[in-house]
Amino acid sequence: MLKVLKSGFFTTIQDNGRFGYLNKGVPVAGYMDSYSASKLNKLLDNLSNAAVMEITMTGPTLLFEEPTYICLGGANISVTLNNNPIEQYKIYKIEKGDIISYGRLKKGFRNYLAIKNGFKSPEVIGSRSFYYPLTSKSHLTDLTGLPYERCEAYNFKISELKVDSFLDEKILYVAIGPEFELLSDRQLEQLFSKEFSVAKEYNRMAYQLEETINGHSYAMLTSATLPGTIQITPSGKLIVLMKDGQTTGGYPRILQLSDKAISILAQKKYGDAISFKLKGISTKF
Amino acid sequence: MSKFSISIRPFGIHAILVEWPNEVDEAILNDILKFTNYLETNCLDVKKWEIVPAYNSITLILRKEPIDFDRLIKRLKQWHDECGDRAPKQKYLWRLPVCYDLDFGIDLEEVAKTLSVTISELIKQHTENVYTVFGIGFLPGFMYLGGLPKSLEIQRRAAPRLKVQKGAVGLAGKQTGIYPQESPGGWNIIGNCCVPMFNPKDENPCFVNVGDKVQFYAVERAAYDLHKIEIEVGIYTLEKTEYDA
Repeated sequence: MLKVLKSGFFTTIQDNGRFGYLNKGVPVAGYMDSYSASKLNKLLDNLSNAAVMEITMTGPTLLFEEPTYICLGGANISVTLNNNPIEQYKIYKIEKGDIISYGRLKKGFRNYLAIKNGFKSPEVIGSRSFYYPLTSKSHLTDLTGLPYERCEAYNFKISELKVDSFLDEKILYVAIGPEFELLSDRQLEQLFSKEFSVAKEYNRMAYQLEETINGHSYAMLTSATLPGTIQITPSGKLIVLMKDGQTTGGYPRILQLSDKAISILAQKKYGDAISFKLKGISTKF
Repeated sequence: MSKFSISIRPFGIHAILVEWPNEVDEAILNDILKFTNYLETNCLDVKKWEIVPAYNSITLILRKEPIDFDRLIKRLKQWHDECGDRAPKQKYLWRLPVCYDLDFGIDLEEVAKTLSVTISELIKQHTENVYTVFGIGFLPGFMYLGGLPKSLEIQRRAAPRLKVQKGAVGLAGKQTGIYPQESPGGWNIIGNCCVPMFNPKDENPCFVNVGDKVQFYAVERAAYDLHKIEIEVGIYTLEKTEYDA
């Protein structure tokens, strides 16, 4: 077991998310920054959908009650193992009684703690990803116990990864969404020439953007939405749906983030700047 | 050949949207369901593909690979032509008990006043109608129901509530529906349905499918409480009949 001594701001367990229930209104959920999480699972030679801990902004203090191996990545946060600073994307052996303690956030927004063979918290319709009220909790609370497999020793192929940090990246590559054709020349110019910033309303469900573009008066029937779908409201506000985003919506879906762009955006917080670039299609802007 | 023409467009690189004319229409929904069933049983690997039907569209999602759009658009058109007279999946009519007591129907008196009907007339109209499930989304197990009589159309509340109870039955615009979980919401609440619309512990967590029919029937508080206990101990039987149309 791992004991959560202090849970931090918003700490959850996430894997690759749910499959096959979109038509019943169940969001995908899963790693917000799947790029970083999957690097960590690879480093530990885990299954690609192994459950990791997703740490948001202010991290937890954790007590390990069995030996295992861990590694961290994603947002740059100072972390200690028994009061000694540890590095990102490097495997550490954990002994019974070891304490991991998260400190100050330096860059990015979400850090991942991966563990050998993944966390074994309960599966709910095919996934361990927290999504309340499907799972009993929306996030971990103090003194929760989290099961994991004891691992005394294993032969790892590599002990650390050189990872190009993408935390400074601002450009989000997008493909066209189904209502892209509705956009006027003026709106296109605004979308692809302006810089946008993350508004105060941002979480695992959606990121709203502060700056608006020209609005519209198009009425459409409710239709499917996906993680990474960018919707435009009648007043011209842009809403980027994320992993816990609702599965249907009634606003035009103008753009769709690339998988990597979802990970980049997941590391942004209030006020951070981003811009959009169409992938594969050359535009005059 | 189907009598409806469809438009097919990319939706990012992992999804594709197939769209019918922009109308709320049972005939369109039937064509969508026939096509969905045909795709699931004859054309697509359902271990890789997810299909989300709603109102006048279906979205096909291939999460782990990019889609070859040129090829898929051609094939989808061909499949849509082929599926013309195939049957959709069996549809069901679900009868759901609703308690319209004022404890639950916190807006019932106000709604009746606004619509100039008595409460019993309002309940009669709400329960007489058979509703069609045009989509499931917004929250797990939330049904977009069509077929509300014009006489029950009422605006959303001016200020949404921060908390609407699980099971709350509401009216808003042309829609009626059940909140499957506690959530913020702006609908006018007229009753409560104790049958959970989404139960993550069930093998099939949401018994309703898009295209099914729903009818409400009024129950007294005592029957509501009894059903609630039956549901908790797992002996409640849903009222379900096959529906062909």
